Order: sequence, then structure tokens, then C-alpha cells
Amino acid sequence: MSIATRARSGTVARVASLARAETTLLRRNKLLLFNAVVIPLLPVALLLFVRAEGELTDEAATTALTLMIAALLLFAVYYNLLSSVVARREELVLKRMRAGECSDAEILAGTALPAIGIALAMVALMILVGSAALGLPAPSNPVLLVLGILGGALTFTALALITTTVTRNSEAAQITSMPVIMIAVLGLPLVADGLPEQVRQLAPYLPLHPVMELATLGWMGTTLHGDSAGFAESFTHAWEPGLVILGWLVLGALVARSYFRWEPRR
Amino acid sequence: MNAATAGTPAITVDALRRSYGGRRGFEAVRGIDFRVDHGEVLAVLGTNGAGKTSAMEVVEGVAAPTSGRVRVLGYDPWADRAAARPRMGIMLQSGGFPSDLTVVETARMWAGTLSEPRPVAEGLEMVNLQQRAGTPVKQLSGGERRRLDLALSLLGNPEVLLLDEPTTGLDPESRRNTWRLISRLRAAGTAIVLTMHYLHEAEELADRIAILHCGAIVRSGSVAEIVAEHPSRITFATPPVAIPELAGSTVHTSATTTTVHTADLQGTLTELLSWAAERGIRLESLRASTASLESAFLAVAGEEHAASAHDTTHERSLS
Repeated sequence: MSIATRARSGTVARVASLARAETTLLRRNKLLLFNAVVIPLLPVALLLFVRAEGELTDEAATTALTLMIAALLLFAVYYNLLSSVVARREELVLKRMRAGECSDAEILAGTALPAIGIALAMVALMILVGSAALGLPAPSNPVLLVLGILGGALTFTALALITTTVTRNSEAAQITSMPVIMIAVLGLPLVADGLPEQVRQLAPYLPLHPVMELATLGWMGTTLHGDSAGFAESFTHAWEPGLVILGWLVLGALVARSYFRWEPRR
Repeated sequence: MNAATAGTPAITVDALRRSYGGRRGFEAVRGIDFRVDHGEVLAVLGTNGAGKTSAMEVVEGVAAPTSGRVRVLGYDPWADRAAARPRMGIMLQSGGFPSDLTVVETARMWAGTLSEPRPVAEGLEMVNLQQRAGTPVKQLSGGERRRLDLALSLLGNPEVLLLDEPTTGLDPESRRNTWRLISRLRAAGTAIVLTMHYLHEAEELADRIAILHCGAIVRSGSVAEIVAEHPSRITFATPPVAIPELAGSTVHTSATTTTVHTADLQGTLTELLSWAAERGIRLESLRASTASLESAFLAVAGEEHAASAHDTTHERSLS
């Protein structure tokens, strides 16, 4: 085994060990669990209700899906990570971890992995429930769907790490998370459509909107405006939102890298 | 220990400096040197704020030096963290664990990040925490948390062990256990650096001691060497007649007490007592004592105190 592969398998083992512990902690924290599982399921419950009334349009389904993905990124990923990373920092856990064999990136990856995993697992669950109970189509372009969710999850991970720098403790996260959540919500198609023209033109460049666009393309095979796009066509619609997500991700990662603090402020 | 490391010190520190807050900021470590061999225990003593933790953090590789050179097993612990860490065990002065994990879950998490971990049960047993394996960290006492921290620092079978106040907050029995553990590790060839407040602990555990004061090592060596540098002391109630010159000693006389400092306690005492016997003088409240690590430490802390107060004023006027 070369040194490089040994190092890589070491990284996987270390991140997995931290992620396992973090999953246990998530299971024991009712508030975080509620954010990660119950809130994202509310739009789905709404769909089931509408379905029972017998009039589920593609438009209603798309709206519910985007709401669920928004809830996953904002609560299961962004808010939960903000809250747990701040808690680990204040408990001096991050400091202690840095005195071990893990690299900084491995410590953060291990902490973030369960939240990102939950987001992906919930989407997978929704695909199953959607096709079994709601008569939704199977994702028309799963690649775009997965890339969109993953890019969104990583972007909101970076935003969470940035927000920790202005968050004193996990209770304060309720307030410090507001700016990012508000700005992200402006990018929700449902909200953006009701805004003045000037603000609406901004929406596609906010962090949440392009994720919605990719997810809708990948799943429903339509743009957010309801124009249908086949498998090949969906890629031509995808590059612009894809670039926006990538831009947010790179920017977020760079800012987080320079400002992230590992220890409480004294 | 392998052939490559035998004979070379496990830790070398040369001209280490560490400042906070830029060039004009506070200099916590002001140029220290030391080395620690395999199978040797160095105790770093100092008053609060002497710079013990600031220096330890650089040796641990959790902080970068401002200047100077640190090598642990031949590696720069800050720049070559990935290479050095698998062979180091570190216990921070203040480190924490997630409060909702149990003791054994915490140890498993840590073991999962190590290259060659010991069995978790063995690690917990070393610090007598096996009975508390299923207890959440938040229900542990302060001393139990310290022991858990120590267990984790030992889980990777380290060749170099850096313990920042390992016994603070421990009850007497746990403290004894920790001492025995440290002695055992030393016998197995581990290089160990400890910081501590308790002098008798350092005397018991350490091969060598470094006394840190205001960021500098002001005394170092074995306990005997440090003590030898400090004079013995004779005190008695000042008699109504003047004290004669005593060879090789200094005499301070106040209205009530006379203090004699001497390098040769037996010689000076003989001279003093012969003089008193000849004159028929009774020396009330007579006490004679050789220097102890404690008196040496207190003397150092006291003698540097004036200097540090002066330094502080000086720094303030600069900024």
C-alpha cells in the first residue's frame, strides 16, 4: 500500500469515526432531530392531504418538493450545523480534537457529514414515497438532482461555519441564523414570485434559488416556470444555476477558512 | 523507540518565543531551551501566567511559535502535524468532550481517529474509569473528566506524552494512580513533559525540572541541582550582642529576627553555635534548614517579581 492510499483510507476512517459520534449526538438532541426530520416532512404531509382531495397538479407537487428541499438545507443542514459546531466549540471539543490525529478538514467533515447525509437520505425517501404514494414521476435527471442537493448542502455547510464566527452559544444561533435564512427564503420561487421586479431579478443569484432550479429540473423534468425539459435539454438549463451554486460554495469555503474560530472567544 | 530515534532526544526546544497580538503584543514565552530524552520525565513548574501552557501548546503543535525551533521525534510539530501526531499523546489544560456521549462512546470516537489505538477497555482501565464506561460525560466529576482526557492521550501508544496539568482536580487516590501510570510509561521509554502546580509532585515524578517565570526558564536541572543553587537558611531571635562575621555567609539582622544564608549549613552552624557557647549566649527560636524545591521556587518567584513589575510598566509606556 502506498503512503497516499494509506493516508486516504486513514482520512475515511477518521471522518467516519467522528461522523458516527456526531450521529449519536444528533439522535439524542430532540430539537435538532425535529429540525432534521419533522420540519422537512411538513410539505410532504401537505401533499398527502391534497392528494386525498384528489387534485394533485404538477405545480403543487413542484412547490411541495422545493419547500421540502428548502427546509432540509435551512434546518437539517444550516441551522443544525450552526448549532452543533458552536456547541462543540464552546465545550472545547474542537480544541481537543485538534490535539489528535485528525486534520482540521477532517474534523469539520466528520461534524458535517451526518447533516448532509440526512438531507440526501430524506430526498431519497421522498423519491420513494413520491412514486409509491403520490404518483410523482421518478427523477428525470438524477445526476442534476443529486448534484443540486449536494452543492446546496455544502454551500449551507460553509454558510453555517461562517455564521459560527458571530454566534456566542447555541441559543444565540436562533438569532444569528436569521439573516441567512431570510435571504435564502427570498430565493424560494414561491416567495420570489410575489416580490417587486427588481428584487425578483436578484433571486436566481441567492444561494437557495439555484438549488431549487436544479432539483426541479432533475426531478420533475421542468424548469421552475413549468417549461418541460427532457434529459438532454435539462443540462443546458442547468449550467447557469450550477455556476451560481459553485460560486457560493467557493466563496463560502474561502470566507469560512479565513474566519473560522476553533476556540471560544475569551 | 527504534534505532533511528535512540540516542537523539525525543524533544528539543531551541530559543522558543511566542507572542500574542503581533509584535507589540504580549510576549508569553521569551526564548526558552530544553530537551527531553526517551524514558525521561520533565516537569515544567511555574506560577500562574508564567507561560507554561503557551510553551506547551507550541510543543504540542496546536500553536505556531513566533520564533525559535521545536522538534518532536525529529518533526516540526506544527508544520509536520500529520507525521508527528500519530506518535504523540496530548492532554490539554482545558479540553472538552461532547456532554451527551458516554465515556466509552467518547473513547471509541477518539480511538477511531488513531493510527494504532490500544483497545478502548484497556485505555479506560489504565485510569480506572472502566466502571464509568456507560456514564454520560456531562455526569462525570471534574477529576473523572481529567482521567478520561488522560486515557485518550494514552490510547495511541504515544512515544511522546505531553500533559498540561494532568493532576489538577484529582482526588488524592487518583493522583497516586496517575503518578504510578506516569512512572510505568517512563520505564517503558516514553518521553514525558508535565506541567504542574504541586512541587512535591514534581519532586516525586520528574527526572528534571524546569522552573518557568515570566516566560523564561529561570532554573532547571534535577531537584538536587536546583536546590544546591539555593543557600540554606538559619534564623534565630536577634540577640542583644552583635553577630560576628561568619565565613561564606550573609547575615541580615532586623530588630527581632536574624537570618543567615549560607552554602555550607553545617560549617556555618558550627561556627555560630561555638561563638554562642563561648559567650554563653542563648539563641532563641533557632531554626536551620537546607533549601527545598519549595523554598527555591518561592525564592525564584519572589526575586523575579520586582523585575516583572518593572517590565510591565515598561511595556505599558511603549504601547
